[in-house]
Amino acid sequence: MAGVTLSNIRKTYGTLAAVDDVSIEILDGELLALLGPSGCGKTTTLRMIAGFVAPTAGTVRFGGRDVTRVPVHKRNVGMVFQGYALFPHLTVAKNVEFGLKVRGWDKAKIAARVTEMLHWVQMEALAERSPRALSGGQQQRVALARAMAHEPEVLLLDEPFSALDAKLRGQMRTEIRELQRQAGITSVFVTHDQEEAMAIADRIGVMNHGRLEQLGSAEDLYKRPVSRFVAGFIGKCNFIEGHVTGPGRFETANGQALQFSGEHSIGPAALCFRPEHGVLTPLATPGNSLPVTVKAVTYLGPVTEYDLVSEAGNRLLVSASSSGEGAPKEGDKLSVAWSIGDAFVVD
Amino acid sequence: MGALSLGRLAYLALVVAIFAFVIAPLLMIVWVSFFAEKILSFPPTGYTLSWYARASEMADFANGFLMSVKVGLCATLASLALGVPAALAIERFPFPGRETIRQTLLSPMYVPAIVAGAAVYIYFIELEILTNFQLAATFTGLVIAHTLVALPWTLRLVCASLVSANTISEEAARSLGANALQTFFYVTLPIIRPGMIAAAMFSFIASFSDLEKSLFLVGPGKTTLPIAILNYLEWSLDPTIAAVATVQIFIIGAALIVSDRFVKLGKVF
Ligand SMILES: Nc1ncnc2c1ncn2[C@@H]1O[C@H](COP(=O)(O)OP(=O)(O)OP(=O)(O)O)[C@@H](O)[C@H]1O
Ligand SMILES: [Mg+2]
Repeated sequence: MAGVTLSNIRKTYGTLAAVDDVSIEILDGELLALLGPSGCGKTTTLRMIAGFVAPTAGTVRFGGRDVTRVPVHKRNVGMVFQGYALFPHLTVAKNVEFGLKVRGWDKAKIAARVTEMLHWVQMEALAERSPRALSGGQQQRVALARAMAHEPEVLLLDEPFSALDAKLRGQMRTEIRELQRQAGITSVFVTHDQEEAMAIADRIGVMNHGRLEQLGSAEDLYKRPVSRFVAGFIGKCNFIEGHVTGPGRFETANGQALQFSGEHSIGPAALCFRPEHGVLTPLATPGNSLPVTVKAVTYLGPVTEYDLVSEAGNRLLVSASSSGEGAPKEGDKLSVAWSIGDAFVVD
Repeated sequence: MGALSLGRLAYLALVVAIFAFVIAPLLMIVWVSFFAEKILSFPPTGYTLSWYARASEMADFANGFLMSVKVGLCATLASLALGVPAALAIERFPFPGRETIRQTLLSPMYVPAIVAGAAVYIYFIELEILTNFQLAATFTGLVIAHTLVALPWTLRLVCASLVSANTISEEAARSLGANALQTFFYVTLPIIRPGMIAAAMFSFIASFSDLEKSLFLVGPGKTTLPIAILNYLEWSLDPTIAAVATVQIFIIGAALIVSDRFVKLGKVF
């Protein structure tokens, strides 16, 4: 087993930089998610790790080995494709056996390993089935067994859950996460679903326009986003436009002074807080509140969401646990307040 | 379920009408091949199998049939040998000019066969004048011409199966450690095999029923079946010809049914 190191990798198609100067150190045994909107370069990054796409610049290392120029079939990776790509003309067992056969393993060893892998993913009973006669979840398990049979150094998964319905998706991701932990294999998976990334990854790399915006644990990204993009992409976020005037001091566009925690250079920026950190109150406190009007109230069961508009015209969102008595109503003029520790600033 | 709506009824009627229009002449030929009298007349006075016996005894038809089968088989093999690698190159390697090559290889389908036949004939003659190497009126020449007839079918069918067997299976094989050759033989080839079988069937049918391209190229005593039929028709019109045509129709029909088992033909055209 080994970690994977991407150093300043780039891939350009004509004038488009699909992946732009990305460096990531994926730790040994870690499950890293590449997360970002459609077209941000996730798949291209994954395919550069696999060896399907040659980087325009930069290097890919597995452990200490530079594999940048090594073709796919000599890299020793395992890959689970979007839609699984099981061989339609081979049975489940033959699918799993494929990687071992082309590597020239001897017969007895192959048979033992196939049995072991099918047992691992609980598919022994269906070993002689055609992939066409499997459900989505079963196909995915076979795809995983096939990808892992030859003991790859790195496991790569491209949108592995996108073909499954919502319920099965939740179940399969826990299952895959467990299998990945058991095997202790360095893994990278691509998704555009932030909830999915947060649910199973050790760390998440958020990509946008070919660049890696931020790399960190789900908590890091949620609590300390480094950019407006990350703040808005991971969870919901309120942005109040204005500029930073000094350490911890912020002024809104219409001149109201606010405070925030953390550091930021002086200049135009946005002060942010999460909807669950806002409180609606009749009292205005200086430094950490804004006068607002309630525009809409959405009851969502345990929580209720309030759409607010500030005097400066900022749209804000606050969510609070639903309480019957004295809850704010549409048209109420109140203040939204937050604790200074929950307010941060992004460019 | 209620009664059929008027629109649906009209649609069904149209389908039946078109079907009848296409099938009626074929059924007619099959029917006529059993008529008892030599001069066609309706209704027939009786039925007989003797025209089939007569057709099989006539050397021109028997030889023509054998010749057509031989040429058809050779042309089919040649069109697979050329068409499969061409289809692979066109579908799997994005190189400049691939569309031009594709269209060029498909062009025998669009050029009127009689024109193409004449062109091939002239080309063979010119070649013979230059090199003293005879192709016109030889078996090889005929096979070359028929390969041109068959190639577009092979290319189109194999390309279609390569497109539907998208590259992802091949990528999966590569990621599992297969080199280019292993990927081709263990994954690509098995996946496109049904397409290749259908291609072979169509190539054979196209060659077997070709008349125009062969007209200029057959030599004395080396006639294909369609030409033997044409020659016979010049002098006589009796149910023998219907019997021969019936055999031809059944061979082609069988090939179509076999192809359809491997590739749903509706998906290709
Ligand atoms: N072979 C190619 N030729 C030209 N442009 C490409 C090629 N592959 C990818 N691109 C472009 O590179 C950019 C990144 O593509 P990529 O497939 O990596 O995005 P992605 O993040 O995986 O998106 P999605 O979530 O939609 O799968 C896109 O703008 C895409 O159009
Ligand atoms: Mg993608």
